[in-house]
Amino acid sequence: MARSLKKGPFVHYKLQRKVDELNSGKKKVVKTWSRASMITPEFVGHTFAVHNGRQFIPVYVTENMVGHRLGEFSPTRNFRGHAGSKKDKRGR
Amino acid sequence: MPRISGVDVPPNKRAEIALTSIFGIGRSRAIEICERVGLDPNAQPGSWTDEQTRQVRQIIEDEYPVEGQLRTEVQLSIKRLMDIGCYRGLRHRRGLPVRGQRTQTNARTRKGRKKTVAGKKAAPRK
Repeated sequence: MARSLKKGPFVHYKLQRKVDELNSGKKKVVKTWSRASMITPEFVGHTFAVHNGRQFIPVYVTENMVGHRLGEFSPTRNFRGHAGSKKDKRGR
Repeated sequence: MPRISGVDVPPNKRAEIALTSIFGIGRSRAIEICERVGLDPNAQPGSWTDEQTRQVRQIIEDEYPVEGQLRTEVQLSIKRLMDIGCYRGLRHRRGLPVRGQRTQTNARTRKGRKKTVAGKKAAPRK
């Protein structure tokens, strides 16, 4: 079910604070665990290091990512193919 | 045989069904169109007057994305997902189900015909 429009998009409040800081000047990578936060237009042009449970994946936010969530860009599984199968040995 | 948006509409099916042979027109839109033109949804396209055919054609061509145009639109949305590197895009790239379905079994629509893997044990029989 879709989220109520009244509430607006979900962004973790601490992340929101960091983003506001970014927009008022300094540029740096923001580490975050908040995979559920929606990417809002203010995020565009910044880089986020999004945790995938093991490491932080750098995500550079572009305009068409708006409306997606940070976690969608930081895969939590990395399937490299089954043992013994010759093809499918590519990573990401 | 009435031609609408580059597709031949089958002349001997009921209108609400015949219109669905156009990509982008399903049952709801077909019925809606019949209503607006004042057509009986049971009337077969072969029996439409020229005027009715013209109206139907106009409604479809002006108001709905259909056929090639719609296909392009769908492809573009998929391409966008793949380009931004989000999870859904990755699934499209790999030809796996996109919406969280299981893949241990089933998912044959996305994965295509079964590929037998050598050395894999068949499921144990009880």
